[in-house]
Amino acid sequence: MATTVGCGDAPVLREHGQREVFCGLTGIIWLHRKIQDAFFLVVGSRTCAHLIQSAAGVMIFAEPRFATAIMEERDLAGLADMNDELDRVVDRLLERRPDIRMLFLVGSCPSEVIKLDLARAASRLSQRHMPQVRVLNYSGSGIETTFTQGEDACLAALVPCLPAAGPLDPPSLLVVGALADVVEDQLRRIFEALGITRVDFLPPRCSSALPPVGPDTRILLAQPFLGETGRALEKRGARRLDAPFPLGAEGTTLWLKAAADSFDVPTARFESVIRPGRDRAERALAPFKARLSGRRIFFFPDSQLEIPLARFLARELGMQPIEVGTPYLHRQHLAQELALLPASVRLSEGQHVENQLDRCRAATPDLVVCGLGLANPLEADGMTTKWSIELLFTPIQGFEQAGDLAELFDRPLARRTRLVA
Amino acid sequence: MQLTVWTYEGPPHVGAMRIATAMRGVHYVLHAPQGDTYADLLFTMIERRDHRPPVTYTTFQARNLGGDTAELFKSATAEAFARFKPDLMLVGASCTAELIQDDPGGLAEALDLPVPVVPLELPAYQRKENWGASETFYRVVRALAGPHAPKPGTRRPPRAPDRRPCCNLLGPTALGFRHRDDVREITTLLDRLGVDVAVTAPWQAMPADIARLGDADFNVVMYPEIALTAATWLTRMFGQPATKTVPIGVGATRDFVREVADLAGLDPEPVLAAEESRLPWYSRSVDSNYLTGKRVFVFGDATHAVAAARVAHEELAFTVVGIGTYSREFAREVRDAATRYGVEALITDDYLDVEAKVAELQPELVLGTQMERHIAKRLGVPCAVISAPVHVQDFPARTAPQMGFEGANVLFDAWVHPLMMGLEEHLLAMFREDFEFRDEHGPSHLGVTARAPSASAKSATADDPAPAATVGPPAGGGTPTDEAPDEPAWDPIAEQELKKIPFFVRGKARRNTERFARETGVAKITVETVYDAKAHFSR
Repeated sequence: MATTVGCGDAPVLREHGQREVFCGLTGIIWLHRKIQDAFFLVVGSRTCAHLIQSAAGVMIFAEPRFATAIMEERDLAGLADMNDELDRVVDRLLERRPDIRMLFLVGSCPSEVIKLDLARAASRLSQRHMPQVRVLNYSGSGIETTFTQGEDACLAALVPCLPAAGPLDPPSLLVVGALADVVEDQLRRIFEALGITRVDFLPPRCSSALPPVGPDTRILLAQPFLGETGRALEKRGARRLDAPFPLGAEGTTLWLKAAADSFDVPTARFESVIRPGRDRAERALAPFKARLSGRRIFFFPDSQLEIPLARFLARELGMQPIEVGTPYLHRQHLAQELALLPASVRLSEGQHVENQLDRCRAATPDLVVCGLGLANPLEADGMTTKWSIELLFTPIQGFEQAGDLAELFDRPLARRTRLVA
Repeated sequence: MQLTVWTYEGPPHVGAMRIATAMRGVHYVLHAPQGDTYADLLFTMIERRDHRPPVTYTTFQARNLGGDTAELFKSATAEAFARFKPDLMLVGASCTAELIQDDPGGLAEALDLPVPVVPLELPAYQRKENWGASETFYRVVRALAGPHAPKPGTRRPPRAPDRRPCCNLLGPTALGFRHRDDVREITTLLDRLGVDVAVTAPWQAMPADIARLGDADFNVVMYPEIALTAATWLTRMFGQPATKTVPIGVGATRDFVREVADLAGLDPEPVLAAEESRLPWYSRSVDSNYLTGKRVFVFGDATHAVAAARVAHEELAFTVVGIGTYSREFAREVRDAATRYGVEALITDDYLDVEAKVAELQPELVLGTQMERHIAKRLGVPCAVISAPVHVQDFPARTAPQMGFEGANVLFDAWVHPLMMGLEEHLLAMFREDFEFRDEHGPSHLGVTARAPSASAKSATADDPAPAATVGPPAGGGTPTDEAPDEPAWDPIAEQELKKIPFFVRGKARRNTERFARETGVAKITVETVYDAKAHFSR
């Protein structure tokens, strides 16, 4: 079947209504493990604390590097000065955790609504605790951010702290977006083999290793949800390399190619460096393609990874995306992705969950990608689902993970066929 | 402002969701921003419900805050009513919407819906989940049963002689700790006694069922945290008495049978005589000897904590070394219980306080919530879960009630299995030097969770006077307190001797020996000191 390719100018269904998505606070679950000397203090309500605890699914064995400063009646009634209270909480926290070097004050819905100025609080607390601890702030509130936008806001808050690259420094590559350590190490080896010597990652694993940025910095986004961070880095003079995202053999190749071209890596060298990885990825994908090809898939909006994932599934595994929902569509950063998506795909932005469930039931897809609140009810309706949060908690980027990524979509379907009782 | 790592209870609107989700024919419109929908997954993932909770979130955003949030609430409510056609609507605000003061109750009233609408005022910055559930249940009962209340002063007509006595079961909710199984167990128990259950609420009750709550002869308050307020109101309005005993454990179940029989005018003896719980015999079986005096720490909601302490003390002959609750509303009940066991009650919702207390008390068994399970795991202490907050494991596939005679069997198994088995304990103690006994292996029945105490646990044992400092960073903790200047020094041979003691009591032995040395002015701990201390502290 011939399919027209390209969703660049396709109409987008925009809906308003109930959104069955997490707020930006949820990003703390992976960010607090990624930056190992950072602590995330949510300034919010009991709901915020409960959200992070519940979204994490399991409580983590080690003490987490996040906590919530829960606002109480006396804070809101003005009986306690909120800033004094915050200072007290931060003092107690830093006393307990002397290993912390960077503290994020994370704004929430209630703190935004009462207009608590966390930027000022952060600069006051920074003065008080520097040089031991640098205090920054960003908002993960649900009235402003959806799920992965919390990471975007966090990284954007880091950008002003990045040291300026020296005028004599060689051009550098900055890979932006939290990746599993194992993926980072794989990518680093590839860049090294390509001869791109100066490569940094944002966020860094340690807050003292902030990468420099300047006009000779080329940024390569590893995640599709980094609109603000991209803009902030461009304001520091860095130049964004346009590319699809590194999912699947093709996505990873094109993503690496964007870097290679920018650093004038000869085509022959590029080919020889990436061929083993790409071949391995293609070999890993082949058995899944046989099983997944022709299967119809429906995406509820969640992480903004939906469009790159749909592109991967359509082009490399032959799946048919019916609807691809995204909480927010960043046309510029996703331009290359959209161009590769089959034209038959219905794109939707935002959410009216009831209407979307109606569409989903009517479409009877083979596989539904959705959040944890919807998955079991849909399974009980006879649909097969893949929980979207797993796509963020699993290393899926790069050649070596392409097979793992395909397996995530294959597993629910394979399970259905195995179960007889 | 309260610094919180983990919370025992969610916000009060989650309590309201537990009521709405437990019922049928109800829809709850919650004025809330996106993100608050996380609460759905508590029900669909932890409880594995096959339906979404009946909740519509208005999902306002920053750009709505200028003024049209009220309009958004109205349209969301109207749309939810049209789509779900409930018999009862609940409306309310989450923490953020409380701040923008849109008055969901008034807005919903303006819609003039053809079904009862109960507005919920749940102050999110003062109250928590269980209170929210209790308040919601009370409001629903008041709104639906209230119109059927007899005039004040009217006497309850006597029960028709040809009808079996009947009662309502009040309190079981969605996301409750074993509520599903407790309902089944208690319904069966009441049936054996000759009592019918008229309505179970909120569990699977329709609004019409709530309206006829007043018809029953009396109420069984299964979970006071949820149902006491509503039951008290029903007593006042309908003259319905309510049970006070929560039937967890053999003794409490017997008391409950007598209490119900008394309320129903029946003879409890046939049921008591036919009692089938295995707990009393298992507990008297000689192999249970090793349970004698096991030091337990109990923490949970007030009802489960008080009940667990009684079972531990009276039915398993454990020693309750500490009891606490996160239910501030029921602190008094827990304090009374603490007095009975000669300990001080820990009333806190600060997980770190609880961890410090467990580290300080060094119990041999923790009976707690999923939080205490984590604390116990970290400190290398066996643990059984007795109370919410719940975890997916608290919804077992099998029926595993906490209440009634079968519930007592479940308690015996759940609490005793994590403990060291008798003979294995002796062998481990006698042959420490067997090359195949390794501390990191631990006893076989503890599986992979058994482990040598971690660095932080070690610092906890060595740092008795300042428990607050014992729960420091997981990595790098433990070193600063090891070499305190006034600590008695350990002779290497004594240190060797200490290693022959199984790891799960070694921390206590070390602490006791050091305390003994300090108190008796011994500067250097020898093998003699170790055994002097053992004699001194032996029970």
